[in-house]
Order: sequence, then structure tokens, then C-alpha cells
Amino acid sequence: MTMSTLTAPGTAAEAGADAPDPARLRRRRALAQWGFVAPAVVFMLLFFGYPLVRNVVMSFQHYTPKTFFTGEAPFNGLDNWSTVFHDALFGKALWHTLVFTAGSLLGQFCIGLALAVFFSRRFPLNGVLRSLILLPWLVPMVVSGVVWRRVLDQDTGVLNSFLGTIGLGGDTPWLTSPGMALLSVILVNIWIGIPFNMVILYGGLQEIPKELYEAASLDGASAWRTFRSITVPLLKPVITVVLVLGFMSTVKILDLILALTDGGPADATQTLGTLTYQNSFVQLDFGAGAVVGNVLILISAVFAVFYLRANRPEGK
Amino acid sequence: MTAHPPGPARGGRGRSRRAVAPLAAVTVLIAGAALTGCGSQRDDDVYTVMNSSTDETYHRWDEEAMGRCGEQLGITIEQQSVPAAQVMTKALRMASSKSLPDIVQFDASEMPTFAEADGLVDLETLGLSTADIPEGIVDFGSYEGTYYGAARSVNTLALFYNEDILAEAGVEIPTTWEELRETARRLTEGKRYGLALSAGGAEDGVFQFTPFMWSNGGDETKLDSPEVVEALDYWKSLLQDGSLSKSTVNWTQADVNDQFMAGNAAMMINGPWQVETLNSDESLNWGIARIPVPEAGDDSVGPLGGAVLTVPRTGDEDRQRMAGRIVACLAGEEEQLTYALNSWMVPANEKAAAVWRERVPELDSLADQVAAARSRTAKLGDGWPGVSLALQSAFQSALTGQSSQDALTRAQQRATSGN
Repeated sequence: MTMSTLTAPGTAAEAGADAPDPARLRRRRALAQWGFVAPAVVFMLLFFGYPLVRNVVMSFQHYTPKTFFTGEAPFNGLDNWSTVFHDALFGKALWHTLVFTAGSLLGQFCIGLALAVFFSRRFPLNGVLRSLILLPWLVPMVVSGVVWRRVLDQDTGVLNSFLGTIGLGGDTPWLTSPGMALLSVILVNIWIGIPFNMVILYGGLQEIPKELYEAASLDGASAWRTFRSITVPLLKPVITVVLVLGFMSTVKILDLILALTDGGPADATQTLGTLTYQNSFVQLDFGAGAVVGNVLILISAVFAVFYLRANRPEGK
Repeated sequence: MTAHPPGPARGGRGRSRRAVAPLAAVTVLIAGAALTGCGSQRDDDVYTVMNSSTDETYHRWDEEAMGRCGEQLGITIEQQSVPAAQVMTKALRMASSKSLPDIVQFDASEMPTFAEADGLVDLETLGLSTADIPEGIVDFGSYEGTYYGAARSVNTLALFYNEDILAEAGVEIPTTWEELRETARRLTEGKRYGLALSAGGAEDGVFQFTPFMWSNGGDETKLDSPEVVEALDYWKSLLQDGSLSKSTVNWTQADVNDQFMAGNAAMMINGPWQVETLNSDESLNWGIARIPVPEAGDDSVGPLGGAVLTVPRTGDEDRQRMAGRIVACLAGEEEQLTYALNSWMVPANEKAAAVWRERVPELDSLADQVAAARSRTAKLGDGWPGVSLALQSAFQSALTGQSSQDALTRAQQRATSGN
């Protein structure tokens, strides 16, 4: 309040001395503002808006390799949608996507939080260890996938030989049994996601004032109580961010699964991401691929709304 | 609190005038660049071939061949190599932006899709002859009776065996399913499996299943026929015997080769493109034989693999004619032989193949297998990818517990429903 009342006259006076016409000045200022916004708007429309709209339109079209030559893609109503929804694989893929996302987030978040809490204490080599844990994040997804595929090989994999050496069987069909493959893929994705969760949560923990913990310890609160009543509530905004961002990068998973199992064995690791890929780029049925893509976008959009709501400043 | 005026307002006028123009210019530039795309100008004497020769050796062999043909025709031929899995989608994108290269080398199983879209020129109208090419290989490059793709070389699958292991165990090279099963069982020992093959969830696995399906009289048009079920049951029996690793369902053909080279498998089903790698290990003594057949006397029918050179419809008749001459040169007898000797594949041309047999006697059985081999898309054309996906899912289900009959019945339903 005070600020604006004090500023206004000053600005007006200055501007008045410079340009006598306030309307012209306002227009120019508006133009400048639009000048700054325009690149972002054009960028968004071109690279996000246009593909999004195209994808929705495409899902109602008979879009085949021929379309690329003729430019003609006749509308076929809900044909693509009904084909996809009647395909048994779609239900399976949807289920796998949900299990994969929930499992990955749960694992990544819990372990990430535990590590963040652990590293927020001071001890020797803290920094070194913390940076080592970041490694999975730095390795490209496809490289992780290829390496893990070798590690998890049933006969020659390092993991099974290790388990065998310590007397824990060592014949686990990690990626070769349809009952096991989804779990293995989730485990690998948890390994990949831990650093991201840890880093963000660690940052959040640093923001919590130390005095609160001192007060709690003076009050004789147990470690668990302190964690529940101070750490978790104060970390809540960060937790929401981590979970929503994690959700959005997990639900669309493709590269990791292609590298690990190619959606197999027997479609046990088909997700919406791999199904879109298969429809569009193997079968070249772009309409059907677009349908699955839209479902994926819709799911992400729902969570984006949650994210925006959770991030809304208090009191608004 | 001291009040200070917000930044932009103070110097509002002067700054905004200076800022607006460049900002607007940048915006227009970005939009302009994005909208115009990259419409490249074609040079009259420069022709482009798009292929998947991303390996250094293949890229070099092609570069040399294109150099020779270019010199002969008085033009420059440029090579553009993209990963094999992207050739089709890249070509489609280029088609929609009217920037197709003059020649595209497709995997033969993908060619029908592009031909179906009316995107290829009939090679015979460009003056290419099929005179010295065996019928099977002409079919391999044809779609609905029109010859669109000239193969330089073809490949197929064969049985590779480790000579030392077979000699040590004193067993003969198997020729029938029964013998293969028995031999594989005998050669399985400790960490070593009798046989390795790929049943991975991609085209690799389907490629490997076809010789078993076809030699048994089965066919991709009816996946739930007793012959196909029997072939899949045969794969299952090998797995149940323990002669195949359980990881088979997760292996590509390259993985299979790694296992064979590491001594983890005494025999493998694989193709001649692995020979280069196999020969890099001098201590490995390997041999090659035809894939065993259900009963003695049956024909061993393998899948034809390889790429074909095609001339896409660019609308420029003159360039298309020259492209035809380039294809004729690259797929000519002489270049075929050079390429085949380099890459260990079998020349498509009969005369070149005859010379090749003399020069590479150790791969003689491969040439026999090629002569009887079949193209995957001959019957289904552009319907092949859908059937292939259904089949992958079926054999993976069967190898991991389901009955072959159930898995294949479902695959046939899925293939018929068109998804």
C-alpha cells in the first residue's frame, strides 16, 4: 500500500517530463511487455499447443503411411478409440502403467526421503557419499537399461551369481518370467529415481529452521515424533513437487522398458508408453497410437492440476 | 520501508523502445525458422541414398561402392545413414515434407508398407532387369507382383555350431528336429547350453521362429494351425529339456551370438551377419549347417532377410531415371559380389552367387538355405507387422508357461481383429 502511493506520483512526474501523452506511454509499455512475453507464447503454441491439438485430431483420423504422401487422413469418428479400448492389450498396459508408477514412486520417495534425512546430519564423508548417490541420475536412461539387462540376466547376470554365492538361490528369472519382469523393471526405475528424490527433499530439509528441532528436543519429543510433527508438515510443499514431477516422468516411461524387456516377455511389461510406440512406429497405425497418447496426456493433465493446486500460495 | 519505484517504469520509455524491436525480430525469426522447415535445394549432380549402414564397416563398404558407381555415371552419390529402426519413419516424414532422397534402402519386410502407400517407383519401368535373379529373391523385392526393391545381397538363418565341442562330445551335426533335440541335450553341460536362439520380443524372435514354423508346413496366415502349434511345442520342449536358457525370451540375435562366442552355447541359430564378429575370435572353431527339419527329407525353409534398394516417387522423372541407373549399378553383378564378400551375405544375383560359392566354400550351406528361403511379407504384404507382433506375444507366452495352442489361438484372434 505505502509503496504504491509513494511511487505513483514520482513515476508520473518523471514520465510526464519525458512524454506528455500518458496514453501513448501506456501503449508503448504494453507493447514492451508483450514483446517479452511473445517469444514464450510463440514457443508454447508452436511446440506444445500445435502438437497437442494435432494429436487429438489425429486420434479421430484414419492416419496411415499413405497419409504422408497424399496428405489425406479421412476422419473415422470413434473407430480408433473403439479399436484401442477393445484391445485386451490396452487394459493390460493401463494396469501395468499404474502399478509401475505407484510402485516406482513409493520406492523412490521412501528411500529418497530416508537418505535425505540421513544426509542432513553432519558426519565425515557426507559430501562424497551424497555425490556418489547422484550417479544413477547422471547415467543416460538407455545406458542404465542396457547395463541392468546384463546384471539381471538369469544365467550370466551379476545379481544372480551374487545371490548364488551367498546361498540365496541365484536362479531368479528377473526379466524372463512374466510374473517377475514388471517388478524388476520397477526396481530398476526406483534405483534411477532415488537421486532426484533425495536431492530435492534434501534441499527442502535445509530450509526447515534448526530452532524448531531444538525446541522439540527441549520438549523431549522422540525422533519419530519430531519427524512426524516438524519434518513432514514443513516439507509438505516440497513433497508435493517431488511426487508430481516424479509421477509425470514415470507415467510416460518408454526408453527404460524398451532397453530392458521390449515390453515382454509375453507383454508383461507393456505400458501405455510402449503401446503408443508400438502402434505408431511398428504397426504404423498413427491414429491408434494417438489414442493411447491422448490417454497418457489426460492422465498427466489430471495430475498437473493437482500440482498447480498444491502449489497455490496460501490464502488464495 | 523506503519506497523505490519499480524498475521498468523509471526508464520506461527509452528502454522499451530499444527493447521492443529486437524482441519482435527474434520472435519473428524463431517463428519463421520453425515454419519454413528445412527445404533443401537439390543439386543436379548430387544424388542421395538413405540407408541404415550406421556401422563403420558397412558405411565404408557402401561409401566405396557409391564412389565407384558415381564415377561410372558421372555423378556424386551421397550416403545418409540412419539407425535401421528409423528408416521407415524418417522416410515417411521426408515424404510429407517432399524431401525424399533419390534412393532409400529399406529392410525388405518394411518395403511393402511404403509400396502400399504408393510411394515407390516400379523398377522395371526404370530399366532394371530381373533376369539373373532367382524367383524367391524377386518376390522378396516385390509387392503385389510389382518389382520395387533390388536386393544386393540376402541372408537367412542357419545352424552355427562349435566344432570343438561337437568333436569332443563325438556327436554328428544334427539334421532333424529329433537329432537337434538329442544333440542339444547331450551338449548341455554345467553352465553351457546345447543351443541358443532368440525368442525376444521384437522382429528378431519372429525371424528365428519362421524356419521352424515353415519347415513344419505352418504359415503366418493361420497362426493357430496344428503345424504352427507343433513348431512352438518343439521350442518349448527344448526349453523344458534345459537345452535352451530361460533367458531366451529376452535375447536378441546379437545376444545369442555373444552367448555362443562366450562358450555358453554349443550351437546357435543365427545369420551370416555375425560371421565378421565370430571371426574376430581366432580360437573359436565354428561351422555352419542348414537348420534341422521336422523329418528327414523335409525342406528346410528359412526366412529371407536383408535390405532392398528402392526408388521413391519424388515426382522428378529425370532424377528417378538416374536413380534407377544407380540402383542397377549398386545391385549389379560386380558390386553384389564385392558387397557379399565383405559382409558375408549371399549375392542375390545367380551368377554372382555362383562365384561367391567358389570363393567362400565354408558358407556353402548358407547359399543352399538361401535358395529355398522365403520372404516374410510374400503372403501378407503390409499386414506382416501386425501378425509379427501377435506372434511375438504368443511364443513368449508359450515359452513362459502357457500352452502353445492357447497362445497361438489368441494370437490369431489378435491378428484377425487387426490390432
